Amino acid sequence: MDEKSETPGEIQTPYGKPFADYDMRAMMYHSGHGALLKQQFHALGENWVELALPWNAAIAIDAETGVLASGPVISLLDNATGMAAWQRRGMVLHQVTVDLRLDYLRAPTPGRMLIGRGECHGISGELSFVRGVAYEDSLDDPVARATGTYMLIGEPS
Amino acid sequence: MTAGMELSPYAQSLGMHVAQMEDGLPLIACDAGELALGRPGFWHGGVIGGLLEIAALSAIRAKLGIDGKRLKTVNITVQFMRSAPAGRAFAIGTIERAGRRLVTVTAAAWQEDRNRHIASAQLTVLLTPED
Repeated sequence: MDEKSETPGEIQTPYGKPFADYDMRAMMYHSGHGALLKQQFHALGENWVELALPWNAAIAIDAETGVLASGPVISLLDNATGMAAWQRRGMVLHQVTVDLRLDYLRAPTPGRMLIGRGECHGISGELSFVRGVAYEDSLDDPVARATGTYMLIGEPS
Repeated sequence: MTAGMELSPYAQSLGMHVAQMEDGLPLIACDAGELALGRPGFWHGGVIGGLLEIAALSAIRAKLGIDGKRLKTVNITVQFMRSAPAGRAFAIGTIERAGRRLVTVTAAAWQEDRNRHIASAQLTVLLTPED
């Protein structure tokens, strides 16, 4: 989910390298689902990562209101929490999302950029436990909160 | 409701459409094009979650005859069971309980084999009052 590539077929893989060397700022998506969402790096803390999802009429649940569908919010928090799991382990490793729950506290505001913050609050063997929050202006006024589980896998087939 | 039921801009951007009706429930199909992929060659987990939500909400719209504008997803839990190679996937919703204010709905997604789910979801959906 997180490879970056300038052109299809020319993929720079970040796997097996330290998270500190992972260039989130350069994480511009030119292909795949990222090309639709136009998701980008936002900020990095000691134990959290933030990605930004610009509002876009093409990813709304309703053409009239322009409220975002929940799929893009799931993608945003899936990516942010997945990176947080790497951050916690200090390495970029192959992993899969086992489950992800989102609670919607309010509807996102049409036209506003959504920030997704991911945090990994614990690891146990191959499992990583994460939580996330999607907000516009303030963490105290969240649009959604997420809880999820990741599992490390070997080289994917 | 017919197979021509209009889906959201998000669903249309990804090529999701109603393939057929089954017992009054829309079967949603989507051929993962480039815009649906996460790691190269595989569906993005967020798109699978999005597909499951579209199937769940479409089930409520079709089966209960409720305007999509009245539906607010309160929460969604997605279980990812198998990685999904690029290609066609299907999803369908099941109404577990339809209350006056809340609907509990599940959805399942699969590719070639309907009995091998790639993911499933459970949603709590709030029905906002009619205008």
